[in-house]
Amino acid sequence: MKIHLTSVFVDDQTKAERFYTEILGFVKKHDVPVGGEDRWLTVVSPEEAEGTELLLEPAGHPAVKPYRDALVADGIPIAQFAVTDVQAEYERLTGLGVHFTQEPVEMGPVTTAVFDDTCGNLIQIATQPK
Amino acid sequence: MERAWASELIGKSSLAYAGGVADDLFKALADPTRRTILDELADRSGQTLFEICGRLSMKHQLGLSRQAVSQHLAVLESAGLVETRREGRYKYHDLNTAPLRQITERWPVPDASRPEESTP
Repeated sequence: MKIHLTSVFVDDQTKAERFYTEILGFVKKHDVPVGGEDRWLTVVSPEEAEGTELLLEPAGHPAVKPYRDALVADGIPIAQFAVTDVQAEYERLTGLGVHFTQEPVEMGPVTTAVFDDTCGNLIQIATQPK
Repeated sequence: MERAWASELIGKSSLAYAGGVADDLFKALADPTRRTILDELADRSGQTLFEICGRLSMKHQLGLSRQAVSQHLAVLESAGLVETRREGRYKYHDLNTAPLRQITERWPVPDASRPEESTP
């Protein structure tokens, strides 16, 4: 068994596609209409084209809003992405107008930061020590 | 005269303040975990609950539940040492060291508590 897909709920798939590809730099993998406006929309890391896909899932279900509001209020990220340098990535993303709820902090062995994906979620980036 | 009267009033009110809030302050400071939270907020004010929890567990190996950290923050907040602020969808915790002044007002420290050396 292996993890080939994980998902985040997004307010607006078009906006999410733009943020996750143009700002974060992921690559679109699948884009299939699944009824109404909704799409089966996944992205992957350009460093790992066959790696785990991230599904940008419509947030239409009524349970999603209270769930995400509560997490965001406490600053809890919904996913974590690995970067080689949190500080550099923080500066790159801040330059592109991304808002961080937690600036880079060295927490013992790891450095982490948390940003708002503009689609309703907080995302953590982390660097493992070399 | 007017000035003396005013300072007397201020003196009285600060005494009343010290008496009323002192228990909360000393209770808040008595716990090592709460002092660590203050240390971390002194490092950077304006942290989410998630960041505070992360710092306690990753930097200090304090394996506390989120509920336990929330309770510590509530004690610090009732002592006025931590203030919470909503900013859009996020909630941040700020450090407020002002209540600590009660300690040196009550038991003045030589030199450091001289009025000309305190910040205006």
